[in-house]
Amino acid sequence: MLFDPEIFFQQLINPAYLWGALLSIAVAAVSLIIATVIGFFIALGNTSKKPYYRGPAAIYTWFFRAIPALLLLLIMWNALPQLIPALKADWYTPFIAASVGLGLVESAFMAEIIRSALNSVDDGQALAGRALGMKPAAVMIKVVLPQAIRTALPPTGNEFIGLIKYSSLASVISLRELLTTAQIGVNITFRYAEYYAVAIIYYLVIVTLVTLLQSKVEKRFAWSSRNAPKRSVRTLGTQTVAVATAASRRRAADEPDETAETDDELAAREAAEAAEARLEKKGATE
Amino acid sequence: MTDIRDAVATPAAKPGTPTLEVRDLHKTYAGIEVLKGVEFAIDKGQVKAVLGPSGSGKSTMLRLMALLEPADRGAILLNGKRIGAEDRGGRMHHYPERRLAVERRDIGMVFQRFNLFPHLNALENVALGLTSVQDVAREEAKERAYKMLSRVGLGDRDHHYPSELSGGQQQRVAIARALVLNPQVMLFDEPTSALDPELVGEVLDVMEQLADEGMTMIVVTHEVRFARRAADQVTLFDSGIIVEQAEPEEFFENPQHERTKQFLRHVH
Ligand SMILES: Nc1ncnc2c1ncn2[C@@H]1O[C@H](COP(=O)(O)OP(=O)(O)OP(=O)(O)O)[C@@H](O)[C@H]1O
Ligand SMILES: [Mg+2]
Repeated sequence: MLFDPEIFFQQLINPAYLWGALLSIAVAAVSLIIATVIGFFIALGNTSKKPYYRGPAAIYTWFFRAIPALLLLLIMWNALPQLIPALKADWYTPFIAASVGLGLVESAFMAEIIRSALNSVDDGQALAGRALGMKPAAVMIKVVLPQAIRTALPPTGNEFIGLIKYSSLASVISLRELLTTAQIGVNITFRYAEYYAVAIIYYLVIVTLVTLLQSKVEKRFAWSSRNAPKRSVRTLGTQTVAVATAASRRRAADEPDETAETDDELAAREAAEAAEARLEKKGATE
Repeated sequence: MTDIRDAVATPAAKPGTPTLEVRDLHKTYAGIEVLKGVEFAIDKGQVKAVLGPSGSGKSTMLRLMALLEPADRGAILLNGKRIGAEDRGGRMHHYPERRLAVERRDIGMVFQRFNLFPHLNALENVALGLTSVQDVAREEAKERAYKMLSRVGLGDRDHHYPSELSGGQQQRVAIARALVLNPQVMLFDEPTSALDPELVGEVLDVMEQLADEGMTMIVVTHEVRFARRAADQVTLFDSGIIVEQAEPEEFFENPQHERTKQFLRHVH
């Protein structure tokens, strides 16, 4: 049984693969959004001086770092609906379960990336913002975050690529993403080589596109009058969060720690204080 | 046409009340008492130069005056009104950060390392305080920021990012950034110490111009020439207290305290 190019090309243009690929990207994107939002608040908690913010954040990170993604997906899809009858409804699809499950696992890793990115912003930045009379939220949004995002972009791109690959785990909860699509074909035809080759092509194309997108976004953070666009960086910043919303684990789990060490030398007492003040504000309104 | 005069203190208090005053200011870091009861006051339009050895607590005093850090003890008064904290039941109670942010608006601060925002160009650096603190509309903020940049001689550098400016230019942008908010008093923490010698002059020129136009200024510096020329009073700060305070002529030619004589021998 030799490699049959005809089957290969036939499958390459099979809409099922394209659909599977889009589904993989979508799951990765939604889970990265979820992970970034949760990760941001966990990072604020982790950098807080107050033990009652640090404790819960540490427990959260510890828990979701330990749970295998596969196990969490099974829990999301099989166990949760038994415990929460509302989840038996039609709207609770494998797509939602997979996005939330991967997002929760990923959030522990995004928290580390965001924490080290916030730490990398020089103390003097928040200090200067505060000296101008900016309130804690403004210092965070207009001064610290735009700078932290630049640092967080490269590792977040890695996370997005990782999440695209991890989305294949969602096959266990019957989500027809890219790899599952290939596997279903294989199960019927036993043409392993051709079907897997198609999957490889799709993954290569996706990762290439993501890499191109990433370098484009990073260029906008060059902060130079030569290639900077007319609009302010702040608007670009929000755009970027939306675009780069998705991501991997093992490798990236090590990376932020490396950067964190050098960044910690610069330290971010002020960023932490601003972050804390934000939490304080939240707490005060309760 | 605005000039820097427009930026100078708006209303104020009864005559005789200092613009900014600190009483019995104490601060301890990690068991080491850095400020040991500082008494300091500056009147409207006055320029005070603060000299003193490294590690004596000069920066700490400025950070406390600017409400960037809480004092352990003592009071800070702006136009006779206490800011930053109040005494309740015999204990000092610091205001929350959001309230401090509002009180800080009357106090401008310039840092040794400039601390410009690297993600914003010169114009945006100066305009940010206007838009995000004073709620000035974007276009008007840019206009006012541009005028202020022109006043410090950087009208042609408005679209440059901090990384594209020399140290002297960055510090002038930082001065414009504080000045554009019309503070009642400007605090300078060794504004020229991080500069190459040939760039010091352009920053001192801007500061002297500001002094001439009546801005109330506290300047921590090692620049004896500036202290002589621009200051109304020179202060020696050492080991967390103010040792001597006098007019420049008197301070440099006829110091009263042994510690001042010692210090001046090092500087000269
Ligand atoms: N945030 C801090 N935490 C701990 N110690 C501090 C802190 N800030 C200042 N100190 C200590 O307080 C002392 C006074 O510092 P400060 O920066 O006020 O001195 P300075 O007079 O400005 O010195 P220099 O001329 O070198 O700038 C120093 O011994 C310093 O190590
Ligand atoms: Mg200092």
